[in-house]
Amino acid sequence: MRVYSDAAKEHFTNPRNVGTLSEPDGKGSDANPSCGDRTTITLRVSSGRVSEIAFRTFGCTAAIASASQVTELALGRPVDGAWALEPADVLNALGGLPPDKEACALMAVGALRAALLDARVRT
Amino acid sequence: MRAYFDHAATTPLDPEVADAMSRVLRDVYGNPSSIYSEGQTARALVDQAREDVARALGAAPNEIVFTSGGTEADNLALRGTLRARAAEGDGLVTTAIEHHAVLDTAHDLAHEGRARVTVVGVDKHGRVEPEAIERALDRRTVLVSVMHGNNEIGTLQPLARIGAIDREHGITFHSDAVQTVGALPLDVSRVPVDLVSVNAHKFYGPKGVGALYVRTGTRIATLQTGGGQEKGRRTGTENVAGIVGLGVALRIAAAKRAEESARQARLRDRLIEGVRGRIPGAVLTGHPSERLPNNASFCFPGTQGEALVVALDLAGFAVSSGSACTSGSTEPSHVLLALGLGREVAQGSLRLTLGRGTTEAEIDALLAALPPIVARLRAVSAVPV
Ligand code: FES
Repeated sequence: MRVYSDAAKEHFTNPRNVGTLSEPDGKGSDANPSCGDRTTITLRVSSGRVSEIAFRTFGCTAAIASASQVTELALGRPVDGAWALEPADVLNALGGLPPDKEACALMAVGALRAALLDARVRT
Repeated sequence: MRAYFDHAATTPLDPEVADAMSRVLRDVYGNPSSIYSEGQTARALVDQAREDVARALGAAPNEIVFTSGGTEADNLALRGTLRARAAEGDGLVTTAIEHHAVLDTAHDLAHEGRARVTVVGVDKHGRVEPEAIERALDRRTVLVSVMHGNNEIGTLQPLARIGAIDREHGITFHSDAVQTVGALPLDVSRVPVDLVSVNAHKFYGPKGVGALYVRTGTRIATLQTGGGQEKGRRTGTENVAGIVGLGVALRIAAAKRAEESARQARLRDRLIEGVRGRIPGAVLTGHPSERLPNNASFCFPGTQGEALVVALDLAGFAVSSGSACTSGSTEPSHVLLALGLGREVAQGSLRLTLGRGTTEAEIDALLAALPPIVARLRAVSAVPV
C-alpha cells in the first residue's frame, strides 16, 4: 500500500476525539477542493484554552489521521497556541505523509481555524 | 494472514506457466524469424501458443496477433480500425463504462480529428442496451467497441446481440474481453465479434503479454512499422517466453473454467449475501446476475474508497476501490458515475475479486473484518447515513 507512517496508521485505526460536541463554542468545516472530502471540528473553550474538541471527517486515510492528530495537538492549548498550529506541525507529529497526500492534511488545520474563529466570535 | 481479493487487477502466475516460461528463458534464445534451427525452435513455441489461444477462443491460429497486453490490444483495435477504414467513415461508438484503454484512446482519436466518438450510456446495473447502440450508428460509423465484462462492477454485456446489429451494418465490432477470457467461454465462431482484446495476467499468465483476435477479413492497420512480425499487424521481435506463458495459461484456464468459475460464483454469492446481511446501506454495484463469477463490488455510503482499502490492508486483505486515488485527490470512478450513483456514494466503493486461491475461510474472514471497518469509518465520517 501507499506507505503511511506508523503514527498515521495508528491515528487512522484509532482516531482520537471523534464526534460532534453539542452546543459547542466553535464549529468549523473545511473541504479539500480537489476531491470534495471534508472535515468538521467542534470545540469548547474555557479559561482561554481549548477544553474539549471533536472532529468528523469524510475522507481518505491521510485526512482522518491528520484530523485526529490536530485535535490531539489542539486539546488543552491556549486558543492562541491552537490558532498558531500549522499543517507542518500536523505532518511532523504524524511522522510525515506520502507526498501526494500532504494536501489532505491542510483540511484538518483549516477546520480547526474555522472552529477557533467561530469560537472567538461567539464567546 | 494475508488474503488476496484483487484478481481483477492481476492474478498470481500459475506455477506450471512459470515453469514453461523459465524453460524458454533459459534454453530458447533463437529469434523466431531466423531460419536455422535455434530460430525454428522458438518459432514452434510461438506457433504452439498461437494454436492454444486460438483454440480457447474458437478462432483460427492466423487470427491471433500477440501484443504487449490488453492496453496495446485495445489501442491496436481502435486506432488500427479507424486508420484502415478511414475512407469509409470515422464514426466510433463505445460505452460510458469502458476501460480507460478504450475510452482514452477514443478521446485521443477524437482530439486528433480522426474519429467522431459517440459514447452510449448504461442502465443502473451497467448494462448496455443493444438498441441504444443501434440508435447511435450512422452512415459514417465504422467501429463499435463494447467490453465483455466490466473490470469494476463485473457486469456482462450482450455481445451477441450487439455484434449481430453491427454485422448487419458492415461495422467492425471490437470487444475488450480482458476480464472474461479465461473465466467465461467466449467463442468467436458463435459470437459475431471481429476484434477481441486478451490479457495474460488476468488469467494466471505473465504481465506484459496479450493478444488481439482479428477475424479473417477484418480490415486493420498496424500501429508500428518494422520487421513485419505477426503478419505485419504487430511488428517487433516476439516476446517468446511471454507468449508461451500466455498460451499455457489460457490452456489451463480453459480446462479449469467450468468448475472453477462455478466455485468462484458460489463464493461470490456467499460474499454478496454476507455483506448485504451485515452492513446496513450496502449497495451492490453491477448487475445482480449477469456479472463476472469472481466480482463482488459495493458502495458503502459514508465511507471513502482509499480509507476502505487502507483499513482492509491493515487487517490483512488486498482489495481495491473504483475511486482512483491520484495526486492527493480521489476521483469517483467514471463507471460508478455512469450507473447514476451520486459522487459521494461512488466515493465509498469497494471491489472484491476472487480467484483460484480464494477459500471459503477467506470469505468468512473478510465478512468478519469488513463490517466493523465500515462502521468505524462511518462513525468518523461527517456524512449522515
Ligand atoms: S483524498 Fe480527499 S482528503 Fe485525501
